[in-house]
Amino acid sequence: MKEDRISIRKNIRKYGMLIALIAIMILFGILTEGILFKPMNISNLIQQNAYVLILAIGMLLVIITGNIDLSVGSVVAFVGAISAIFMIQWNMPVWISIILSLLIGALVGAFQGFFIAYVNIPPFIVTLAGMLIFRGLTMVILKGQTLGPFDRAFQNIASGFISRGEIGGLNVISMVVGILLSVIYIILNFKDRKKKIEYKFQVPPMSIEILKTVLVILAINWLTYSLAAYKGLPIVLIILAILIVIYSFITNRTIAGRHIYALGGNEKAAKLSGIKTEKVLFWVYVNMGVLAALAGLVVAGRLNAATPKAGTGFELDAIAACYIGGASASGGIGTVTGAIVGGLVMGVLNNGMSILGIGVDWQQAIKGLVLLAAVTFDVYTKSKSRTQ
Amino acid sequence: MSEIYLEMKNITKAFYGVKALDNVNFSVKKNEIHALVGENGAGKSTLMNILSGVYPYGTYSGDIILNGEKCMFQDIKDSERHGIAIIHQELALVPYLSIAENVFLGNEQASRGIIDWNETKLKTDEILRKVGLREDPDTPVIDISVGKQQLVEIAKALAKEAKLIIFDEPTAALNEEESNNLLNLLLALQESGVTSILISHKLNEVEKVADSITILRDGKTIETLEKDVDKITEDRIIKGMVGRDIVDRYPKRHIDIGDIVFEVKDWTVFHPLQDDRKVIKNVSFNLRRGEILGFAGLMGAGRTELAMSLFGESYGSNISGHIYKEGKEIHLNDTAEAIDNGIAYLTEDRRNYGLIFISDIKTNITLAKLDRVAANNIIDHNEESVVAEEYRQKMNIKSSSVNQGVASLSGGNQQKVVLSRWIFAEPDILILDEPTRGIDVGAKYEIYTIMNDLVSEGKSIILISSELPELLGMCDRIYVLNEGEIIEEVDGLQATQEYIMGCIMEHSKEEKR
Repeated sequence: MKEDRISIRKNIRKYGMLIALIAIMILFGILTEGILFKPMNISNLIQQNAYVLILAIGMLLVIITGNIDLSVGSVVAFVGAISAIFMIQWNMPVWISIILSLLIGALVGAFQGFFIAYVNIPPFIVTLAGMLIFRGLTMVILKGQTLGPFDRAFQNIASGFISRGEIGGLNVISMVVGILLSVIYIILNFKDRKKKIEYKFQVPPMSIEILKTVLVILAINWLTYSLAAYKGLPIVLIILAILIVIYSFITNRTIAGRHIYALGGNEKAAKLSGIKTEKVLFWVYVNMGVLAALAGLVVAGRLNAATPKAGTGFELDAIAACYIGGASASGGIGTVTGAIVGGLVMGVLNNGMSILGIGVDWQQAIKGLVLLAAVTFDVYTKSKSRTQ
Repeated sequence: MSEIYLEMKNITKAFYGVKALDNVNFSVKKNEIHALVGENGAGKSTLMNILSGVYPYGTYSGDIILNGEKCMFQDIKDSERHGIAIIHQELALVPYLSIAENVFLGNEQASRGIIDWNETKLKTDEILRKVGLREDPDTPVIDISVGKQQLVEIAKALAKEAKLIIFDEPTAALNEEESNNLLNLLLALQESGVTSILISHKLNEVEKVADSITILRDGKTIETLEKDVDKITEDRIIKGMVGRDIVDRYPKRHIDIGDIVFEVKDWTVFHPLQDDRKVIKNVSFNLRRGEILGFAGLMGAGRTELAMSLFGESYGSNISGHIYKEGKEIHLNDTAEAIDNGIAYLTEDRRNYGLIFISDIKTNITLAKLDRVAANNIIDHNEESVVAEEYRQKMNIKSSSVNQGVASLSGGNQQKVVLSRWIFAEPDILILDEPTRGIDVGAKYEIYTIMNDLVSEGKSIILISSELPELLGMCDRIYVLNEGEIIEEVDGLQATQEYIMGCIMEHSKEEKR
């Protein structure tokens, strides 16, 4: 009995925010009389929030190391501006511009990472300085003006769809992707289960495994069906999905990922265990720079313009997404999927409240309360589980 | 002079089931200087923490009777109200505040929350004169020497009108002249009616000022010596401090010692922050295959600093010297290189430097050599669990599974987790820094057994310990360190505690001269 209760509590901690996300979606689904779940809105929801989710992935790694990056909003604007110069003023090809922009993001990250990891300046200060530096440079580059419009190919990154072939009003590719993903999920999941049994590890009962699989497959196919019913797969969703898979893998399965967690859990112990903590920290910031640059391109593409004000406050959205998703401010704890769920909670709140016609003023206040509630819940359950 | 001022009766205090103090009796007469001596871990600090309210009433058993009145201190403030002040080894001053502000910190001369600075300075001046510190009360504490800072601490105690002041190793960080001044101040304070308890390793100082001496060993009172009544000699004190029988607390092993595998020559290390201060001075030593080598010394002798500086320069600055492994010189620039060269260092501070507290047993075990459970940098979680489980059983780590968080384990089991990490890293040379600190006798025995198994596999161990019996019971050879130097090398079978302690005392005296 007692073990059951502990395992339930553990699962509530693990899936708490996911359950909250579903509850929030259902709540707004009812309040908006179903508009939230309309195919067009689902598509919008993804495209509106893609930048936060991309930033949240990079920010999560930073937060796991126990640090922070306040500069990402400014880096978003900075890279957007540079890409506009490349493509609009210098007429460079789109793909070269994209690669150069990502490289510049890496350089920005390396610049900040150098001061943080090797000169030992507190990240709060370095990235606060970065926030001012890159916002200022953005205005210098753009001379205070807005640059646009972009090439159609570039806009597609943020607002394009893969939409060929239609049967009965449904996009075929989207449906096929949904089915393919379901099959891959089933194969991987049961392969893992088989392996665990081979190793004689405990596995959840088959009934729960099947229930879980059915739920996941339903969710995947409901999403792809919704997208198929509108314009097809958003390109940015594909980028995002690839990022989620890669970064989940890095954090869960690689030595590099383990080193990031160890650094955040206890820097001194990590160092004495042969982990090159400075190097790890440096590369985490380089990575954040690249992802901020990618988010910058997505934002520029979606607005179809580079503006000096782009990205204002994005760093706070990304940080909030990580904390809502269960990351710990003192480091060492957090997951990529958690950060994505956290970002979606905020995205759904935004979207739902906008549909209901609630003003930006109240939206801000409510999001603040949600952040506070989520972290309080997390701290509370953690202190509970520690007394066990 | 013979009236009893403080009496601590039958004090017993346990940490996680390990008795740190066992029925200790300690009484101090009014207006005397009473020295409290004992080895590291004998229970001196614990006893004083009970007296000063750090461990509140109810967390220990026994009575404190002060001036005929039974006291139940709830916290430090409470004991301060009764006139007890403690001056710790690490000074508790705020560096950027002035002397006057520090002296009256937490005891501000204020009415209705507004500080009266004139009053503060006037009183500070008066107290500073009493302790013999000629400095402007407005000087920031960071600008005066450590010796003077010590005086500020004493002034702070006097400002609270302390009647009983506990000095914990007050001369540890002072030079000869400052030490003498401080001892004279102790005598002057005695004149003015203050009772003092002096904790010190420096027996010559104790002899010089103390009216009586209480010796603690293993959490028990051994005896109290009175000046004028008993014949006080250093030999007698040392015997009291260390004189315990070594029963079968150390498992036997078959000794098979081979060639020299590890050698250090002319190793010199400077303090990481004060770059003119030598912490390790020209140390040379060697280690043989299958040998357990001991490093003896008092706290602050430089044993940990030596070990950490060897382990990939994780301590110190401006390090010079040579390290040879199996005859070849090696250079270890960081801990990763040290581990790759087959060297492991188990920290004395497993909480801050050893474990990742928020993680589970398995992640803590595999941390130092993840490539052993990974292919192409990708960790095989199943393999990791299997390996961790192996260690959990082999080392007898009492836990529900390898997924249990290390925070919920007992000290001994936590230590076994860290030890597993280093054995998993497959080193040839293991440096164990206080591996049995704060763990119970049973777990200690298990760790000794593991050590014996390791050397019989041909590995070599350097054991750093503050417990001399442990060194004598386990080591084939012992180096004695003091003030950053190796002052003696003794055979583990022939050495005695008295001899080692004597070496240290003798060397400390010479250094001071």
